[in-house]
Amino acid sequence: MYKIILATRYLVKRRITYFAVAAVALCVFIVVVVMTVMTGLVSEYKQKNHNFVGDCVVGTESLVGFPYYEDFIKELDEKDFIDGASPVIKSYAMINPVATERNIAAEIMGIEPVRHNKVTTFAQMLYYRKNNVSKAFEPIYDPNLAGCVLGIDLAIERDANSRYYHEVSPSQTALSISCFPLTAKGALAKAGTDLVNTQIFYYSDTLQSGLAQVDSSMIYLPFEQAQLLCGMAGPVKRANAIHIKFKPNVQPRDGCEKTASLWQNFKQEKAGENQTELLDSVTVQGWKDYRRAHIAAMEKEQTMMIAMFGLVGITTVFIVIVVFYMIISHKSKDIGILKSIGVSNSNIIQLFLAFAFLVGLLGSAIGAVGGWRFLVHINKIEGWLFKHFGFQLWDRTIFAIGDIPNRVELSVLTVIILMAIASCLVGALVPSWQAAKLKPVETLQVRQL
Amino acid sequence: MSKNSIMLKAEGLYKSYQMGATEVKVLKGIELAVGQGEFVAIVGASGSGKSTLLHILGALDKPDKGIVSFQGRQLSRFSSGELNRFRNKMVGFVFQFYHLLDELDVLENVYLPAMAMKSTIGWLACRNWAKNRAKELLDQLGLGERANHKPYQLSGGERQRVAIGRALMNEPRLLLADEPTGNLDSATGNGILDIFEKLNRAGQTIVMVTHDERIAERAGRIITLADGKIEHKSTIA
Repeated sequence: MYKIILATRYLVKRRITYFAVAAVALCVFIVVVVMTVMTGLVSEYKQKNHNFVGDCVVGTESLVGFPYYEDFIKELDEKDFIDGASPVIKSYAMINPVATERNIAAEIMGIEPVRHNKVTTFAQMLYYRKNNVSKAFEPIYDPNLAGCVLGIDLAIERDANSRYYHEVSPSQTALSISCFPLTAKGALAKAGTDLVNTQIFYYSDTLQSGLAQVDSSMIYLPFEQAQLLCGMAGPVKRANAIHIKFKPNVQPRDGCEKTASLWQNFKQEKAGENQTELLDSVTVQGWKDYRRAHIAAMEKEQTMMIAMFGLVGITTVFIVIVVFYMIISHKSKDIGILKSIGVSNSNIIQLFLAFAFLVGLLGSAIGAVGGWRFLVHINKIEGWLFKHFGFQLWDRTIFAIGDIPNRVELSVLTVIILMAIASCLVGALVPSWQAAKLKPVETLQVRQL
Repeated sequence: MSKNSIMLKAEGLYKSYQMGATEVKVLKGIELAVGQGEFVAIVGASGSGKSTLLHILGALDKPDKGIVSFQGRQLSRFSSGELNRFRNKMVGFVFQFYHLLDELDVLENVYLPAMAMKSTIGWLACRNWAKNRAKELLDQLGLGERANHKPYQLSGGERQRVAIGRALMNEPRLLLADEPTGNLDSATGNGILDIFEKLNRAGQTIVMVTHDERIAERAGRIITLADGKIEHKSTIA
């Protein structure tokens, strides 16, 4: 009991302990804020990728695509673990706004909006046709025109706060889209004649996926027209990918394994038919693997940040060691007194570890509450800094980041607090152990002979 | 003094300290016996080794050579746990500089030895008894009104009386006092010695170290230490 009483009194009455508490609080504050923002950014980014892709993709990197996709979709639709499947054309195109001299290279994605919306959150990402996805490719100003959906950064400029301002309806803009149609062998389909297929599409909507690369370079076209443009609408129609969504109770990994197994069987069934060599390049990937190149960079950045702030934790240990050496050198008389009344070495260690525990607990509580309050207001603070000093954490004209993520994960917070307390205990262990080894006659300074 | 009544015995005690390159021999073969209920004063000039002897007798330090026995048992054969219990239950220390814990109030300082050897549950079970005992001791020492004061709010004499209360908390068989009046004026010092005499009359065994022969005369027996050896023993009538 005296250990609890003394540890508490040391904490309250020794001013030097305030420095230890402040050091722990500051470290916890920094780590909570950085981890929350980084974890939030990464998980938000992953979620956006998941929303954009669906659960699984059966597809090929080849621009030639693969045949019999409709047959495979039919098979998939019969399976109880599949919620939906959507064929997708993916290619590259030259875009030329009509009546201008401008040319830009873009990616095109041919989709059937209703089907694709069953697999992804396509409708939610639209602006004008959010509630009527079947008309995504029908411009409001003239539904009879062939429409296209533009990645939002292709259509609208962002302001410095990462906000987009849409007109009441999309402006009537005609875009000439040219693709290079390919044969099943991968050769240019129109070699010797016009090399390209060109068609005029009208801007019908914008799509904001939150993925910078997608929003700045992607144009969505009706599936069949994209197929025609890319030369995939021959007698054996081809697509580049099938995006799949599993039923809610299906684990993505299980779903992918089942789909992969189905694909293997499907390939065998199709062996010997026309163009089946194109099926060999098709892979079945979960959404994370499919977007690995993009997600891995973010995860790597997160790992580096965790490692860097792990070093902050190590610094805490050293601060605590220094503070505890100072505290214990001031308290050596107390150690002698306690030993003279029969307190054991292990109890001396426990006393100072209890003290360190309280320092860690109080410091991490202050740091965690401070970090949480800061995060609650982080966007307001950033807004104020931007308004008055032009400072932004990320330049929103460059990065596709809206609000700074500020949702504190309880599990992350718990780990940080436990690590902070453990750092304090580690930092206090050596000085406590040395204190316990002191002889009472030395600590009481009674070597008067 | 019959063999059975000997509480504390030292035989052939040697102790030396290293001071830089020089070895200082402090105790050079001390022979000493303290009977039950005795009040013994050890006197000697500064540096004669009297404090060192007291610390060895109270198991705060170890001799280089020699034996210290308490009620027939050699301290050197005690395990560390037994030594802790010995310091807690059998001996009470009173130091020249009081050595109270600044973070605790007077009452807490007094009952600290009772708390020190108890687990949290054990302490909760006996804390009322301990607090009452500490209050009684403070009343006896004339500090009943000072129970909730902090040590720094007390005078030197009051602090020393708190230290005596703490030393007596666990009703030790032996009270060891190292220059208990050394830091006090003569009137306050006399008050402390009156308390020792009263305790001794009630049967408490006391060994007191002092450099002042007039203070030593208040004890029942005086042992003079000079150059690390016992020079003279006298019994005061």
